[in-house]
Amino acid sequence: MRLAGRRIRSLVLLLAVSAACKEKTEAAAPAGTTARIGAALSLTGPAAPYGATQRAGIQTAVEDINAGNALPLKLEVLIEDDGSTKEQGITVFQKFINRDKVSAIIGPTLSTTATAADPIAQQEKVPVLAVSNTSPTGITDIGNYIWRDSLTEKQVIPGAFKKAKEKMGFKTAGVLYGNDDVFTKAGYDVMKKTLDDLGVKVVDTQTFAKPDRDFAAQLTALTGQKPEVLVVSALADNAAAIVTQARQQGWTGPILGGNGFNSPAFIKNAGTASEGVMVGTSWNSASPAPANQRFLAAMKAKGANPDQFSAQAYTGVYILAEAIKLAGDKTGREDILAGLGKVKDLDTPLGKFSFTPSRDASHEPAVQQVKEGKFQVVE
Amino acid sequence: MGQQALNGVFVGSIYALFAVGYTLVFGVLDILNLAHAAVFMLAAFSALALVADAHLPLWMALPLAVLAAGLIGLLLERLAFRPLRGRADSNISGLISSLAMATVFEAIALQLFGPDVSRFPLGTFPDRLIRVGTASASLLQLCIIGISVLLMALLTFLLARTRLGRRLRAVAESPRAARILGVNVDRTIAAAFFLSSALGGAAGVLFGLAFNSISPDVGRSVELKGLAVIILGGMGSIPGAVVAGFALGLIEVFTVARFGSSLRDAVSFAVLFVVLLARPRGLFGQAAVREA
Repeated sequence: MRLAGRRIRSLVLLLAVSAACKEKTEAAAPAGTTARIGAALSLTGPAAPYGATQRAGIQTAVEDINAGNALPLKLEVLIEDDGSTKEQGITVFQKFINRDKVSAIIGPTLSTTATAADPIAQQEKVPVLAVSNTSPTGITDIGNYIWRDSLTEKQVIPGAFKKAKEKMGFKTAGVLYGNDDVFTKAGYDVMKKTLDDLGVKVVDTQTFAKPDRDFAAQLTALTGQKPEVLVVSALADNAAAIVTQARQQGWTGPILGGNGFNSPAFIKNAGTASEGVMVGTSWNSASPAPANQRFLAAMKAKGANPDQFSAQAYTGVYILAEAIKLAGDKTGREDILAGLGKVKDLDTPLGKFSFTPSRDASHEPAVQQVKEGKFQVVE
Repeated sequence: MGQQALNGVFVGSIYALFAVGYTLVFGVLDILNLAHAAVFMLAAFSALALVADAHLPLWMALPLAVLAAGLIGLLLERLAFRPLRGRADSNISGLISSLAMATVFEAIALQLFGPDVSRFPLGTFPDRLIRVGTASASLLQLCIIGISVLLMALLTFLLARTRLGRRLRAVAESPRAARILGVNVDRTIAAAFFLSSALGGAAGVLFGLAFNSISPDVGRSVELKGLAVIILGGMGSIPGAVVAGFALGLIEVFTVARFGSSLRDAVSFAVLFVVLLARPRGLFGQAAVREA
C-alpha cells in the first residue's frame, strides 16, 4: 500500500518537475552562465524535520550568492524529496544525473540513503557534497567524487561526552539506539567506544526501530539498572518520544544525545522533557564570526529557524560556489571536482572550513544543552 | 518488574481494544476488514483536529472522534462490503475492497494532514505521575487502561444482554436463519461495522494520546499486531482478542526486559507460531460454532 502510494506520488512529482524543468531550459540564458545543482533532501519520512531546515538553508544561500554577484554566473538548485529512503534516494539521484544533467549534487539527508545513492554518482562521475551524513564510514570512502561538510559522529561525540563527564561526573550509563538505521547505529558505535575510553561502564544496552512509538519497555529495563546517565542515538522524532517517555517514567537524570537531537523539532516536540539534554554539535550557534552572523541574519530575514542542519546546508552551497570560483568559473562536473580539492580555510557559519585528505570536513565542534526551551552552547 | 508489567498491560490494553473491533466484524461477516487500521488512524487525526483546530476539550473530542470513527465504519460497510454481499466470492473480494478503502483513507489523511508526524498540543492532558507500588505511571496511561477495559466490558455486555447483541450473534451463526427469523441482516451488519470501527477509533485516539505522534501510516504499527492478536485469540472470539491483546503486550515487554529489544517481534511471532501449531483455532476459537 505504502509503496504504491509513494510511487504514484513520485510519479506525479516527476511529471510536475519535468514540466517545470522543460520551461526552465527553454527560458535559460546561454550555456555556461548557470550552474545547475541538485539537492536530494528528506522532505517526507522520519528525517523530514531535518530536510525542511536544510531546504531553508540552501535557498537562503542561493539567494545570497545570486544577489551578491560573487560569481560571474547564477546558481540554480533543484530540490527533490528522497523520502528518507534508499529507494527514492536512488531515483532522485538518477533523475539529477541523467535528466537534469546537474553539475553537482547536495545530499542526501540520511547516511542510510547516501550508502545506496552515492555509488551511482561515483560511477557516473558526478561530484556529491553531503551536508548532513555523519556516519564515520561508508560515505566518503565510496570514492573520490563523494565529499562532505558535516562532521562525523567520531569528530563530535568524543569531545561532547568528555565535556559532559567533566560537568556531571557520571561513571555508569544506559544506552538506547536505533538499530535499523546507518546513522543511529554508527552514532551508537562511536558512543560505545567513547564511553569505554572515558572509563564509563555501560550497564545495559537496548535497541528500537524507526517506526516504533512505544519505548516504555526499553526505558524501564535501562533505568532498572540504575545508570547515572542515559545515552540515546536516535532521529529527532524518535528522540523526542524517547525523552518524553523517559521523563514520564520518572527519570530525572541527565540525557546525552547524538547528532539526531540537533533539531529545533526535537525541543518543540519534547517540550519541557527536553530540558537539560546535552548534545554535541557541528555548529556553534553563538559564534560571533562574521560568516555566522551573516547566516543568522539571512535566515532571520527569511523567517526561518536556523539550526545545525540549515547551517551545514547553507555552507554546502557556499563551498560549491567557492569550488566553481577556484575552478576558474567553470561548471563542468570535473571542474567542480577539481575546485573542491582546492577549497581551504573558507569562512563559513561552521567556522574556518577545509576538507581533510579523505574529503571529510575539518572544523571545530561545540557542545550544547537545552536550557529554557533553547539550545545553548556549553562553554 | 512491576513497571514492566504495567508497561505491558498498557500497550496490551490498546492492542486488545483494537483487536476486539477487528474480530467483531470477522465474527459476524467472516471477512477480514483490512481498513480497520486506517479507521484507527483517521480517528486519531479527528481527535487531533477537534483538539488543536476546533479547540474542544479532550473529554468532548474523544467521544466525538469515536462517533466519527463509527460513521466512517458505516460508510466503509456501504461502499466496500454491501455491494459485494451475496456474490459467490464475496470473502476475497471484500478483503480486497477493504484494502482499497484503506488506501483511499490513507490518501485522504495524507492530503489533509501531510506526511509528517502531527502531535496534540502540549498540555492537552494534565501531566501527572502516579506511583503504583514500585512502578510509576502517568495519569494518562491509567486513564487509557481504564477506558479500554470499560469499552471492552460495555461491548461484552451489549453482545450478551441486549437485543442488538442477540441479533449480532444470530447473524454470526447464520445470516440466512437470522433473516428467516425476522432479523434485518443488513442493518445488523451495519451496526457491527459501526461498533467495530468505533472501538478501533477509540484505540486510535488513545494510541495517539499515549505516544503523541500521529501520521498517516500510524495504523501500520498496530495492523500486524492486531492481526496476530485475533489469530492468537481465535478468529471471531471477543474474549480471545482481549486475552491475546494483553498477552501480546506482556510478551513484548518481557522479551525486551529479558532478551533485549532486538528480539521483541521475533519472540511475539514465535509464540503465535507455536500456539497455531498446538491449537490451530487459536486460544478461544471454536471450529464450527463461531461467537460474535
